[in-house]
Amino acid sequence: MEKSLKIAIKELNFFYRDFKALTDISLDVYAHEVTAFIGPSGCGKSTLLRCLNRMNDLISYRRIEGKILLDDQNIYDPNVDVVSLRRRIGMVFQKPNPFPKSIFENVAYGMRVNGFKDKAYMAQQVETTLKSAALWDEVKDRIHESALGLSGGQQQRLCIARAMAVEPDVLLMDEPCSALDPIATQKIEELIHQLKETYTIIIVTHNMQQAARVSDITAFFYLGELVETDKTNTIFTRPKLRQTEDYITGRFG
Amino acid sequence: MIKSSNSGKSRCRTEKIIRITFFCISLASIATLVLITIFLFMEGLPVLKEVSINDFIFGKYWYPTDDPPAFGIFPLIVGSIAVTGVSSVISIPLGVLTAIYLAEAASTNVRQWVKPIVELMAVLPSVVIGFFGMVIIAPFLQEVFDIPTGLNLFNASLMLAFMSIPTICSISEDAIFSVPTELKEASLALGATHWETISRVILPASLSGITTAIILGMSRAIGETMVVLMVAGGAAIIPISLFDPVRPMPASIVAEMAEAPFRGDHYHALFATAVVLFLFTLLFNLAADHISHKYKQVGASTL
Repeated sequence: MEKSLKIAIKELNFFYRDFKALTDISLDVYAHEVTAFIGPSGCGKSTLLRCLNRMNDLISYRRIEGKILLDDQNIYDPNVDVVSLRRRIGMVFQKPNPFPKSIFENVAYGMRVNGFKDKAYMAQQVETTLKSAALWDEVKDRIHESALGLSGGQQQRLCIARAMAVEPDVLLMDEPCSALDPIATQKIEELIHQLKETYTIIIVTHNMQQAARVSDITAFFYLGELVETDKTNTIFTRPKLRQTEDYITGRFG
Repeated sequence: MIKSSNSGKSRCRTEKIIRITFFCISLASIATLVLITIFLFMEGLPVLKEVSINDFIFGKYWYPTDDPPAFGIFPLIVGSIAVTGVSSVISIPLGVLTAIYLAEAASTNVRQWVKPIVELMAVLPSVVIGFFGMVIIAPFLQEVFDIPTGLNLFNASLMLAFMSIPTICSISEDAIFSVPTELKEASLALGATHWETISRVILPASLSGITTAIILGMSRAIGETMVVLMVAGGAAIIPISLFDPVRPMPASIVAEMAEAPFRGDHYHALFATAVVLFLFTLLFNLAADHISHKYKQVGASTL
C-alpha cells in the first residue's frame, strides 16, 4: 500500500523566550502509522508534540519558525482556526486528566462543544468509542457515575476514548503510560495497535521497549535536535549514528 | 542501640513545653469566643420573659421606647436580609466576573496589578465607605430619582456591595486559578474554545470555591454595621420599594445600645437581636464551610 503523507514538519524552530527548544526539525509522519518520539528528558520531544496541535499557543513568550503541514496545509497559517485544528488532532496527556464529570459526559464533552445535539447519536458514539478504547465492558453499568472513581489505567483509556469521540485524524500521545502500571500499560499498547487502523498516531515515550513494541517509525531527539529517524526495526537494530546506539543501549540518557 | 542521652531528654522537654504553650494560646482565643457567645445568650434570652419568641421575631413593630414598648424585630430582620440580598445581586456578578477575567483572560501583568488593587479595596474603613454613601451617593440618588431621601435600601446595598466585592473576587479568583492546567488543556485539545472551557470545565470545577466566596462576601454584608448605620436610613419598616429606608439589625443595635437602660427590657431586646444576627452569620459560615468540604476542589485525577 502506498504510504500517504499526513504531517510534514519543515525546518521548525521553537523558542521559549531566548531558549531555543527545537532546532531545525524536519520530519514526515505518514498516515496509519505509529511514530514514536524518544530521547532523554528535556530534549524537546514533548514540545514538538505540543506544536502539532498548537497547544504551545497557551504559553506566552514563545516563538515559532518554520512550517507544519497537515494534509498540505500549514497549521501556523494565520487563517487556520485553532479550534477546528484541535478537532482534527486529538491529544492524550501524560497524566490521566478526566473532567470531574460522569464517564458519559467525559466522552460526550468533545461532541457537545462541537455542536452535536442529537442525543441518540451521542449515546451511540459514546458507546462506540468506549468500545474501541476497550473500556465499555468495564464501565457500561456505571456510565453515569463520576469518572474520578475509575482506576488510573481506566481513566487513561477514558481519555483516549474522549479524544477519539470527536473523530480526529491524528492522535498525539504524550507519554500516555508513564503514570500507569505494567498491566494498564499493556492494555494501552494493545489499543494503540488497533487504533492505527483508523488514526495516525504520534507517541512520546521514555520507555524504549514501548517505542520498540508499538511504533513503526522512531525518531530520536537530543538537545532539541532530531538526531535520527528511521523504521523502528532499523533504529533498534542497526542505528546509523553512534549517539542513537548509545542511547538505545542505555549507555547514556 | 540508641541510648537516651541528656540532650535527648532536654529535647523532649522542649518539645513538650512548646506544645503546651501553643495549646494554651489557642485555648485562650477559643475560650474568649465561647465566653462572648455565652454572654450574648445570657443577656439576650431574658427578653423572652417580656415577649414570646414568635412575637419577637415576627412582630412587625419595633418601638422599644414606647409605653408599652413593642419588641418586634421582623422589620429589622427584613432590613438586614434586604440589604444583603440587593447587595448580593450587585456584588456577585461583579465579583465573580472580575475573578474570571483576572484568572482566565487578563495578561500576567494586568493580573499582577489589578488583583492587589481589588484586595486593597477591602482595607477601606467602612466609615469611609459610609461617608462616601452619605455625601456623594445619597444626594445623587435623591436628585436623579426624585425621592424624599437618598439614605435608603438601595444606597446601603450599593455600599455593601462595594465592600463585599473584594472578598468575593479574591477568593473566587484563587479558586478559578487553582483549577489544574491539565483540565484546561484537555478541554482545549478537544476543540473547545476558551469560553467553552471556562463555562463547562473551569467554572464547574471551581464552583465550591466560588460559592464559598459568595457566602463569605454575603456574611460580610449582613454583619456590617457602620455602613448601614450611616446610609440605610434607619426606619424600622418593612421596605416595599428599593428606595425605602431600612434599619438592619446591626444598625439598630449600635444606635440604641447607648440609650438602653442597663439590663432593662430594651437592653435585653438588643442583645436578643444580636443573637439573631449571630445565628445568621453562623449559618452563613457553616454553609460556606460545608460546601467547601463537601465539594472539594477537584484536581487532576489521582492514581
